[in-house]
Amino acid sequence: MAEKPLIQFRNVTKRFGDFTAIDNLTIDIFEREFFALLGPSGCGKTTMMRMLAGFETPTEGEIFLAGQDIVPVPPNQRAVNMMFQSYALFPHLSVWENIAFGLKREGMPKPEINARVEEMLRLTRLEKFARRRPHQISGGQRQRVALARSLAKAPKLLLLDEPLGALDRKLREETQFELMDIQEKTGTTFVIVTHDQEEAMTVASRVAVMDNGQVMQVATPADIYEAPNSVYVADFIGDVNLIEGKVSATGDGTFALHWRDGAEPLRVKSPTGFAEGQTAHLAIRPEKVTISAERPAEAANAVQGKVLDIAYLGNLSTYHVELPTGDIIKAQTANTRRISRRDYTWEDTVWLSWTATGGVLLAN
Amino acid sequence: MKRLSVFNVVSLTFGFAFLYVPMLILILFSFNESKLVTVWAGFSTKWYGELMQNEAMLQAAWVTVKVAVFSSTIATVLGTMAAYVLVRSGRFLGRTLFSGMIYAPLVMPEVITGLSLLLLFIGIGLDRGVLTIVLAHTTFSMCYVSVVVSSRLATFDRSLEEAALDLGCSAAEAFRLVTLPIIAPAVVSGWLLAFTLSLDDLVIASFTTGPAATTLPIKIFSAVRLGVSPEINALSTLMITIVTVGVIAASLVSKRALVKQRQEEQEAVRTS
Repeated sequence: MAEKPLIQFRNVTKRFGDFTAIDNLTIDIFEREFFALLGPSGCGKTTMMRMLAGFETPTEGEIFLAGQDIVPVPPNQRAVNMMFQSYALFPHLSVWENIAFGLKREGMPKPEINARVEEMLRLTRLEKFARRRPHQISGGQRQRVALARSLAKAPKLLLLDEPLGALDRKLREETQFELMDIQEKTGTTFVIVTHDQEEAMTVASRVAVMDNGQVMQVATPADIYEAPNSVYVADFIGDVNLIEGKVSATGDGTFALHWRDGAEPLRVKSPTGFAEGQTAHLAIRPEKVTISAERPAEAANAVQGKVLDIAYLGNLSTYHVELPTGDIIKAQTANTRRISRRDYTWEDTVWLSWTATGGVLLAN
Repeated sequence: MKRLSVFNVVSLTFGFAFLYVPMLILILFSFNESKLVTVWAGFSTKWYGELMQNEAMLQAAWVTVKVAVFSSTIATVLGTMAAYVLVRSGRFLGRTLFSGMIYAPLVMPEVITGLSLLLLFIGIGLDRGVLTIVLAHTTFSMCYVSVVVSSRLATFDRSLEEAALDLGCSAAEAFRLVTLPIIAPAVVSGWLLAFTLSLDDLVIASFTTGPAATTLPIKIFSAVRLGVSPEINALSTLMITIVTVGVIAASLVSKRALVKQRQEEQEAVRTS
């Protein structure tokens, strides 16, 4: 990743009447990045994308593209192209003409247009369908036409609005890898908007988790998952156990979380400091909780409980374990053995354990 | 095939008889030998021959077609523009008032429209003739066009226009290259509607016409006041034929296009 910001949002606010869609947002997106805007619907991710495309103007603040303030630039003069959620293919034009559309507007000479369109058709494996109309091809092919059309003008920045939302699961997974491949080949900066966390985690080099018009965290997919900076992000991405308690320092970067009267405090390592007696949440992913019949000898944290529910996912099983305190903790294990040989079943008493570094401690 | 009950057969027969018997009688008597419209005296096509000799009638037909072509074309341009602005520009001051006003002429009695136009033309000193009929027909048919076009625009995917802008079109180019080709069927049917409305309008035309510009409906109406002649029957039969052929052709064309599109879609599903 080149350390040169291609896009800079500087204190951008967008209001629609009384509703604040984007709230004083500052963010940098770098060249050649595959950047994902992730959040629930209504969090402002689409508004951000539409401001980059030029379909919305910020109420306050500035947006820079390669150092130039693009707020006053109309959409047809920006070196930015967008792939629409509905694909927005022109139904009266063939696949070939759809891809050539933007190039013709540019006034590119005919031989160059032909060469460029052929190149795009090859890149998206659509050579056979060049003469077809959009309604004569399948959903997956339409998606690729939309991608080819938006890439044809070789934009500095490509925006993708829920690009895979209309595809079925299997095709979506294939297409995710195709997208990453194409992004690498063309070296274009991609900004993708999605509400599908798996999609964001798979394709993006950095993810911005958004909520209520604000960016909660910007980090690599691994950091977002392993080191969320807030309860919101931890809870939004994947599955998580959240245990609330009061913190006391035990030295050496380790803290004790007093979570229930009479229960043994939980031990967590945390790079960030906490005040004595501060309320905090321990966030621990289910797959980092080990389930066993006996109390493990050297576990930093161990609690006993009863299996309440088992969610069987084929490759994985998630055990919902009820503690004597009434709390429910989820533990996930890979099903390395056939289900008939499963060690624990409903109502069994089991031990759950995890290390001091397995979870993260988050202030409220 | 489902068998129809006696009740269904009877109601179908009555319904269609109600609609088509008058027209059938008119067609039948256009081939009548006798000059008396109500007395059958054998088959003949002589009234069609006489019609072709009738200069005044042919002149009126020519005026009617001219008026219909011009007024429906102008009405289509204006009506499409109005529809585009009302559907696209979102909220602006007086939008509700404007869209209400676009539809008002649809329910306005023709006599009032005709009279007010007449007063306007007299007021501004415009000589009545083909021009004034064209203006009058444009006025009342453009709201029909705008209704047809705006209902198409309401279901139009806006991201198509945004995609055109995104790919480098100015707003005008986006309209010309993307919006217009896609809404073209609605624009064409708006034009046809305006054309037909103009073709058979009597009331507004008679208010706004001048001595030099007699349209066919006016001509027929004044001729009938002197008694229905078989010649008029022949003319009406021709008009019915033209309209029927037109309607059937139009529906066949659109049906074939639909079937073709379905086939192509199935083909796409199979080959993917």
